[in-house]
Amino acid sequence: MRTMRAEGRSQVAEQVAEPSDAGASRRRRARPRDDRRAAWLFLIPVLAGFAIFYGYPAVRGFWYSLTDYNLLSPPAYVGADNYAKLAQDPQFWHALLVTVYYVVINIVSQMLFALLLAALMHRLTRSVALRAMLLLPWLVPNVTVALLWIWLLDADLGFVNHLLKALDLGTVGFFASPDWAMPTIGMVNTWAYTGYTALLLYAGMLQIPPHLYESAAIDGAGEVRMFRSITLPMLRPVLALVLVVSLIGSFQIFDTVAVAAAGRGAGSAIRVIYYFIYQQAFQYFHMGYASAAALVLALVLGVLTVVQMLLLRASRSDLA
Amino acid sequence: MRRIGTLSAWAVLAVALVLTLFPFYWMVRTALTPAADLYADSGALFPSHPTMVNFLRILGLTTQEETRAAGGSGARIDFARYLLNSVVYSGLIATLQTFFCAMAGYAFARLRFPGRQFVFGVVIAALMVPPIFTLLPNFVLVKNLDLINTFLGMVAPTILMTPFAVFFLRQFFLSLPRDVEEAARLDGNGPWGVFWRVSLPMSRGPLITIGLTTTVWAWKDYLWPLLVGREEQTRVLTVALGVFLQQSPNTRPDWTGLMAGSTLSVLPVLLLLIFLGRRLVQSLNFSGIK
Repeated sequence: MRTMRAEGRSQVAEQVAEPSDAGASRRRRARPRDDRRAAWLFLIPVLAGFAIFYGYPAVRGFWYSLTDYNLLSPPAYVGADNYAKLAQDPQFWHALLVTVYYVVINIVSQMLFALLLAALMHRLTRSVALRAMLLLPWLVPNVTVALLWIWLLDADLGFVNHLLKALDLGTVGFFASPDWAMPTIGMVNTWAYTGYTALLLYAGMLQIPPHLYESAAIDGAGEVRMFRSITLPMLRPVLALVLVVSLIGSFQIFDTVAVAAAGRGAGSAIRVIYYFIYQQAFQYFHMGYASAAALVLALVLGVLTVVQMLLLRASRSDLA
Repeated sequence: MRRIGTLSAWAVLAVALVLTLFPFYWMVRTALTPAADLYADSGALFPSHPTMVNFLRILGLTTQEETRAAGGSGARIDFARYLLNSVVYSGLIATLQTFFCAMAGYAFARLRFPGRQFVFGVVIAALMVPPIFTLLPNFVLVKNLDLINTFLGMVAPTILMTPFAVFFLRQFFLSLPRDVEEAARLDGNGPWGVFWRVSLPMSRGPLITIGLTTTVWAWKDYLWPLLVGREEQTRVLTVALGVFLQQSPNTRPDWTGLMAGSTLSVLPVLLLLIFLGRRLVQSLNFSGIK
């Protein structure tokens, strides 16, 4: 869903770029009609939801970020104090750094594995059953994913450590060790999202004209050569889009970290930015401060979204 | 040579499939293991003494002594209730959100009224707002309305709309042929009649697609239910699993119970995958990068 939403954003870019959709010209031909009363009735639930849970809170969020607010007494205006404090808060910067560390591990491994899987499926099979099975980890709550792997990677009884012991490699406290915890969480989420990402890339590959591969085969090109000279260049726009969409999702890592922190606790080594905001807001009740941090994160994600839209425009002209 | 290449490619796919599915096998294997065997069986592929007791005890179907004997802490857990809560939570959100967004999508696609483009643009702009930014104020709002630990508070922010669903369904309604709707109008149907009797029935596919993805999203949701629905009566599976882990002793977590609970959180989506897998898989092409 995180990805679907982000894709929505990109499709919106198309819409906004072309306000004169096909329906507009057809509409003019028909008898002029005004459905305004019916239209507003149709829109009541959505407009109410939008105003109460998107518009109003967006304004409130900005206002809270300028206040000192502990949920009990009313917010007290403090100007830009929260932002000044953020800039000097080593914990905030550390959280950003940890998040970037996680994102790099997660995205690089996830994209590579997904690309490999998608390419193999594309050249070997159209099996729906296989795709469905690869999708399973994505359908499962992140909380469950975290639990499964905390158990599989348990230092004493975990299956993976049994394997390592059998191979004489010694055991690792994957979630407990500050050095291992973040890479472990990164790889766990790679496990959870690789199938989903692979299916998106696979869908992109299906749009590559098959005759390209046929003529390349006649010319004697091997599969590796075809992948480099046909699949990768043709997939580039889709690849770029999936990459940015995954990046936006990856920056919002929370569930796995929250469960790991509750269970085995590697402390600040896994305190990502979402978790930092969560702690500030709901453990220390620094609502104003947390809102300021959330706004900074929103800006980062906003920049990524703009990049995504630019990529989308580029990809459209490419595929035309 | 070519044969070897194909074979090794299949081998890589097979490894990927095993890596994908094995953790789920291990989860079920552990859930079927008596707590007393946890240590002895920790490397075994099959439980030496398979049992359903872990499921029974987390569903609250055993007595306290039986629960303790089976490795439970004796703390009250009632996964039957959490499972039901999760089903209600995702079911409510998926059905109502899809319906309301279909109404709005239809209005934006088909009905004529001044300001249509502008209002649509404003609603869609909400796609740019990351969830974390509205999360804190929404929590304050729900708290001030005294809706903490109520289903209403839990579903409120998502039951009426998400910008993506509005956008997605509007796109679909734009692509529907107009003739049928025009004919229904000439037969004397008002806008609601056309929508309800003609357009909605023609939209089963996209409605199921968006309903499915919303169901999955709500099923996986953790942070919002954690903040707003922590208490027994509204606690969903994801929150319950987190609480269960926290309550079980750090040195010797109740893994057989935790894996039984995890299995409960996987079963419904597994059923979804078995019965609607084709549609789910194809929806990734449909809504995807095109």
